[in-house]
Amino acid sequence: MQQRVVQVGFVIIAVVLAVLVVRLFQLQIYDGARYRKLAEENRFRIIKIPAPRGIIYDRNGIPLVENVPYFSVSIVPDSLKSLDIDRLASVLGLSVEELQSLIARAERSPFVPIRLKHGLDFNEVARIEARKSDFPGLFIETEIGREYPLGKVAAHLIGYLGRVPKGQASSPEFKNLPPDAMVGQWGVEKLYDADLRGTAGERIIEVNALGRELRLVQQRQPVVGKDVHLSIDVGIQKAVEHSFGEKAGAIVAINPQSGEILALESFPSFDPNVFAQGISGADWKELMESKKKPMLNRVLQSQYPPGSTFKIITAIAALEEGVIDPATRVNCGGGIAHGSHFFGCWKKGGHGPMDWHDALVNSCDVYFYEVGKRLGIDRLHKWAVAFGLGRETGLPLMKERPGLMPNEEWKKERRNLPWYLGDTYISSIGQGAVTTTPIQMAQVMASVANGGRIYKPTLIKGAYDPVRTVALKPDTVQRIRKALHDTVAVGTGKNAFLPYVSVGGKTGTVQVVSKTSGLKGEKYMDHAWFVAFAPTDAPEIAMAVFVEHGGGGGAVAAPIAKTAIDAYFGPKRRGGRPAEKSVPSRAAEQEAGSAQH
Amino acid sequence: MLNIDRRLVKGFDWLTFGIVFLLAVIGILTIASATRPVIEGAERPDFYLKQIIWLCFSMIALFVVVAFDYIWLQRFAYVFYAFGLLLLLFVLVAGKSSLGAQRWISIGPLTFQPSEFFRLAFIAGFSAYLTSGLAGGHARLGWKGIVLFGLLPMGLIMKQPDLGTAILLMALFVVLCLVRGLSRRLLVLVLAISLLAAPFVGHIFWDHLKEYQKNRLIAFLDPDVDPSGIGYQINQSKITIGSGGLAGKGYQQGTQGPLRFLPEKHTDFIFAVFAEEWGFLGSLVLVGLYLMLFLRGLDTALKAKDEYGRLVATGITAMFFTYFTVNICMTLGMMPVVGVPLPFVSYGGTALLSNFIAAGILICIRTRRFELFYPQIW
Repeated sequence: MQQRVVQVGFVIIAVVLAVLVVRLFQLQIYDGARYRKLAEENRFRIIKIPAPRGIIYDRNGIPLVENVPYFSVSIVPDSLKSLDIDRLASVLGLSVEELQSLIARAERSPFVPIRLKHGLDFNEVARIEARKSDFPGLFIETEIGREYPLGKVAAHLIGYLGRVPKGQASSPEFKNLPPDAMVGQWGVEKLYDADLRGTAGERIIEVNALGRELRLVQQRQPVVGKDVHLSIDVGIQKAVEHSFGEKAGAIVAINPQSGEILALESFPSFDPNVFAQGISGADWKELMESKKKPMLNRVLQSQYPPGSTFKIITAIAALEEGVIDPATRVNCGGGIAHGSHFFGCWKKGGHGPMDWHDALVNSCDVYFYEVGKRLGIDRLHKWAVAFGLGRETGLPLMKERPGLMPNEEWKKERRNLPWYLGDTYISSIGQGAVTTTPIQMAQVMASVANGGRIYKPTLIKGAYDPVRTVALKPDTVQRIRKALHDTVAVGTGKNAFLPYVSVGGKTGTVQVVSKTSGLKGEKYMDHAWFVAFAPTDAPEIAMAVFVEHGGGGGAVAAPIAKTAIDAYFGPKRRGGRPAEKSVPSRAAEQEAGSAQH
Repeated sequence: MLNIDRRLVKGFDWLTFGIVFLLAVIGILTIASATRPVIEGAERPDFYLKQIIWLCFSMIALFVVVAFDYIWLQRFAYVFYAFGLLLLLFVLVAGKSSLGAQRWISIGPLTFQPSEFFRLAFIAGFSAYLTSGLAGGHARLGWKGIVLFGLLPMGLIMKQPDLGTAILLMALFVVLCLVRGLSRRLLVLVLAISLLAAPFVGHIFWDHLKEYQKNRLIAFLDPDVDPSGIGYQINQSKITIGSGGLAGKGYQQGTQGPLRFLPEKHTDFIFAVFAEEWGFLGSLVLVGLYLMLFLRGLDTALKAKDEYGRLVATGITAMFFTYFTVNICMTLGMMPVVGVPLPFVSYGGTALLSNFIAAGILICIRTRRFELFYPQIW
C-alpha cells in the first residue's frame, strides 16, 4: 500500500517535471526570438536630441530670434522613498505642500521621471547642482527654448513655434522629431521650418527598469538647423513700432530693384514669446477673438479701396493710352454732374484748371473722372491688372487675399447690373468696388519706381529677376516720378518730406460713410493710405502704409512712411543723427478734415 | 548519545548531499550575477557573500543533524511542534510586516521567518502523530488530529497571510495521510467537500485577500491587463526566461535582473535569471538535479527502516517538490505569483539553513536504515 503510494509519487514527479520542461521549451526555444527582442527593447532606449534651430537674421545680420537654454529639474521615482522632502523643497524654492502635491499627482509609473520645476534660471540651476549629491535621482534637463527679443516687433513676419499638433505627429513632415518638439507655426518660423529645424540627433542608451541611464551605447549628434537671412531691415520695423498708436493698420516696404521685402508690420501685433513655452487656452482665445484681430496679417489679408493712391495707375494709363496730353487742362469746379448724381472733388471750391501733373500733385478728383471717362473701364481695368491688382502677389508668408479690380463682366456676374459711367468715375479714383491689400499697393509703387518691372515679393535676401514687365514709355516714367516727387515736396504728401533724400509718394483717404451723414466715432473715420518710394532718381525703397480708420492719408499715413524711410536711409545718410521729429504741417492738418485726396 | 561509527561515514548519502550542495553553489553564482552592478566601478552588493556564510553554517547544521539518530526527532516531535505553533502565534502579535503580510520576527540583526521552522516541526509532529496511533497497522485520523494538525496551523498561516506555506501544509497533510494509508475514503471525502465548497469559500477568501494578492491573481489570469503594473512581474519573468534561448546569454551576461526589469531577481525569481544566462540546456540540467533529489528522497522513504522515517522522508521530499513546482510554475507564468523561494538556490539565509536541516534529516534516515537498535535516551 505505502509502496504503491510512493510509486504514484514517482509518476506525479515525472509528469510535473515533463510539463515544466515542455513549458521551458515553449518559452526559450519556440518563442525565444520574440522574448529576446522584448528583452532588448527593455534594455535600450532611443532618445532624440533636438537640433538647435537655425537663427533668423535681418538683412544687416541682426538676429531676430535667440536660442536660449531652458532648464528643468526632475526626479526618478524610485529615489522618492529616501527623499528628504523638506530639504528638497527649500533647495527648489517650492513649499513642501507644492512639492508633495507634485509628487502625488505624478503618474505612478516607476519609469517616468517626475518633473518638479521648469524654466529654472541660472541661479537656481547652480543652487540645485551644488546640492545634487544629497538627492540621488535628482537631475537637471536642458532644452533649447526660442526667444523673440524684439517682442511685438516683426511678430507677424517672424512668427512663433508650437508643439506638433496632436494627430499630425505621425505625418511624414514631422517624423524623426523628438516627441515634444517645437515646430514653426506661424510666419517665417513656419515658412522655412524645414530649413530652420535641422536634424535631430539620437542617443541610444542602456537603461534599467527605473529609467535610469546606465551606459551610452551610441550617439549621433544633431545637425544644427540652417540660418535664414531675411531681406528685412529690422531698423524700419522698430522705427514704426509706435507709429500706429492704438490704430490697426499695416506697413510694407519693398526693394523696387529686387522684390525683397524690407519691412512688414501689421498692427496690432502679438508677442510671440507667449507661444514659446506653450500658450494658455485663455490667452489664445483672447488673441483669436479680440476685436482688433491681432492675428490678422493686414499686409496680406486686409483689403480696402485704395482711394487716391489708385490715381497713379489712372494717370499712367492716361498717358500710355494717349487719351490725354500732359498739357491738357481740365477745369475743376468742385465736381461734375452725371444724370441725377453729383461726383464731387474732395476740394469743395474746386481746383480750377489743372494739367496732368498738377492734378496728380493736388489729387484732383474731377480731373481723374474725366480721364476715366476717356479711358473707359476696360482700359483702366487692363492697366490695373497689369500692375498686379485683383490677384495675389505671391508672397508665401501666409494666405493672401486677392483684392478686386471691377469691370463690366464682374458687375454683370456678381451684381447682375449694367456698368454705368458713374462706376468708371469712382473706379478712376480708387473707390467703389476697387479693393487692394497693402502689399499690392507696395508692389504698384515699386513697379512705378523701377520703371515697370514686377517682382515677386520675397523675404529672403538676394538678387532676383522680375517676373514680368509693364511696358512704359520712358517719358511716362519720368513724368510720374516727377509728379510723385512734387506731391511730397509741395502737394498733399508734404508730411513725408525728408531734407536729405527725395521722396515720392501719393496719399489716399477712403471715405467710410458719406460726409453728410454726420456720423462720428472711430468706426466711421476714414481709412488712411500713403504709398511712397525713395530716392526718386534711383529708388531703393517703395512702400505702402495703411491705417484703418486713421483719418486723412496725408495727415496720418504720410508721417509713418516718412519715419520708415528715415529709418532706412537715416543711418547711412544722416551720419547717425537722430531722426527728425515729424510734425504734421498746417496744410496737412487742414486736409485731414476733408476727404479723398 | 552521539553514535558515530564507521558505517555512518561509509553509508553516508553523498548523492543527496552532493545535489543540495551543487544547488546551493549554483544559487550563490546566480545570486552574484543577478545582483551585479551595472554601473562600471560600482561595488557588487554582498548578497552572495552572505549566502556563502549561511551555506557554511547550513552544512555544519546538516552534519550535526546526521550525527544524531532521528529517534530524537520523533521523541521531541510534539515539543518542536508546540514551539512552532507558539512562534506562529508570536509572529502574528509581534511580527514585522512586509508587503502587507506579517511573517517575520527580528532577533538582533537577523530576521527570521517562523514558517521556515514550522514546516519542519509540522512534518516531524504530524508524522509522530500518525505513527503513534499505530495499532495493528491502522491508525485513525481523529478530530483531535484534524484540529491540531489541520485547522489550527492553517488558521494561523492564513491569518498572516502566507499563501505559499498554506499550499505546502495542505499538500503535506494529504501526502502524509496517503502514505500512512489512512482512511483514504475520508481523504477523498475531504477533497470532494473542499472542491464543492471552493466557490463559496473562494468568495470569502477573495474578500480577505490583501490587495497585492488579488492583483497577483488578476495578473496571472491576464498578464496583459496592465503590463507595467500588476502583470509586470509575470511578463518580465517570461521575457527573462524566453530571452535565454537554447544556450543562454552566458554567465553574467543576463540583462533583465541587473537592470532591474525583473523584480525579486535573486530571491523568488532566481530561476528566471538562471534560465536567461544558461538557456534551455542549463535549465534542463537544473531540473535534472531536482529530479534526482526527489527520486532519491522517495527511494529513501521506501528504504527507511521504520514507519516514522518513511513518513518524514516522504514529507520532506514532498516539501521540496511542492516548493520547487510552485516556484518554477510561477516564474514560467503557469501559476499566480506566490511568494515561494526556490529551495537551496534562492537568496535567503534562514531558508537555506532550514532546507539543509531537512536534507540532513533525509540523509540521516537513509544512512541509518541498517541500524536496528534505537539508542538509549534516558
